[in-house]
Amino acid sequence: MSNQGSLLKLLAIFGAGLLFALGLGISGMTQPAKVVGFLDITGDWKPELAFVMGGAIAVHLIAYRLVPRMSKPLFEPKFGIPSRRDIDGRLLGGALLFGAGWGLGGYCPGPGIVSLVSMTWAPLVFVGAMVLGMVLMNLVDRARTQSVQAAPREGSNSAA
Amino acid sequence: MEISTVIAATLGGALIGLSASAMLLLNGRIAGISGIVGGALKLPQGDMLWRVLFVAGLFTGGLVMWLVHPGAFVMEIDRSVLAIAVAGLLVGVGVRLGSGCTSGHGVCGLSRFSPRSLVATLTFMAAGAAVAAVVTQVFGGAL
Repeated sequence: MSNQGSLLKLLAIFGAGLLFALGLGISGMTQPAKVVGFLDITGDWKPELAFVMGGAIAVHLIAYRLVPRMSKPLFEPKFGIPSRRDIDGRLLGGALLFGAGWGLGGYCPGPGIVSLVSMTWAPLVFVGAMVLGMVLMNLVDRARTQSVQAAPREGSNSAA
Repeated sequence: MEISTVIAATLGGALIGLSASAMLLLNGRIAGISGIVGGALKLPQGDMLWRVLFVAGLFTGGLVMWLVHPGAFVMEIDRSVLAIAVAGLLVGVGVRLGSGCTSGHGVCGLSRFSPRSLVATLTFMAAGAAVAAVVTQVFGGAL
C-alpha cells in the first residue's frame, strides 16, 4: 500500500472513531443513569436506549448486505469478518461478567473511554480497571496458548 | 417515554451504525470497541496504528461532544469508587473472555445474524438487568 493510501486509511479510521463517539454522546449511552434506568426493568423503567441499538442495527444491516459483496475493503487485501458459530462456556461466561459490570457501573467499554474527556473520577476509575481486566485476560490467554503449543497434542478442545 | 430522548437515541444509534459500516468498508473489520482496544493492549503487535487512531477519534469526538453539551457526561447514579472499579474489572475481563461487547456483539454481530452474538447479547442484557435490579431493590440504588 502506498504511503498516501495508508495515511488516507488512518484519517478515515480516525473519522470513524469520531463518529462513533458522537453517536454514543448523542444517544445517551455516556450517561450511566440512563443505562441503568434502561437495564433495570423493576424500577422506573426507561426503555429509550433500546432505540440506540435499533438505529445502529438499521444502518449496519444495510451496510452488511452491501459491503462484503465488494472484492475487498478499501484499504485492506481482504475482509476479516468473524465466522465462528459455536456457543461455548467462554462466550456465556464472558457475556455474564460483562453484563454484570455494565449493570453495576452503567458503562460499557466505548462510553467509558469516551467519557474520559469529562475528567471526572468515575470514567477514570472505570477505564483504569477495565484496561487492567483486559490486560489480565490477554496474559491468561497468552499463557494458555503457549502451554497448549508446548504440550503434546492429545485431544485438546481449546479453540482460538 | 420522552419523544426527544427516543429521537436522540435513534439518531445517535444511526451514527454508531454508520461508523461501524465505515470500518467494514475501510478496514474490512468489525467495529467492536473491546476488540479494537483489547487488541491494542496485546503488545507487541503489528496493527497497532489504526487501533490507536480509532481511539484518538473516540477522544476527539468525545471532546467535541463535551464542548457542545457537557450534560452528555453526567453520571447521576450513586456508586462508590470500589463499585465502579469492580464494574470496570468485570467489563474488562468479560469482554475479552466473551469476545465482544455492546458494539461487537450487540450492533455488528446482530446485524449479520450471528448466533454467537445473539446469545452473547441476550446474556449480557439479562446479567445487566439482574444486577441493576438488585442494586435498586436490595441496595436502594446506592452501592
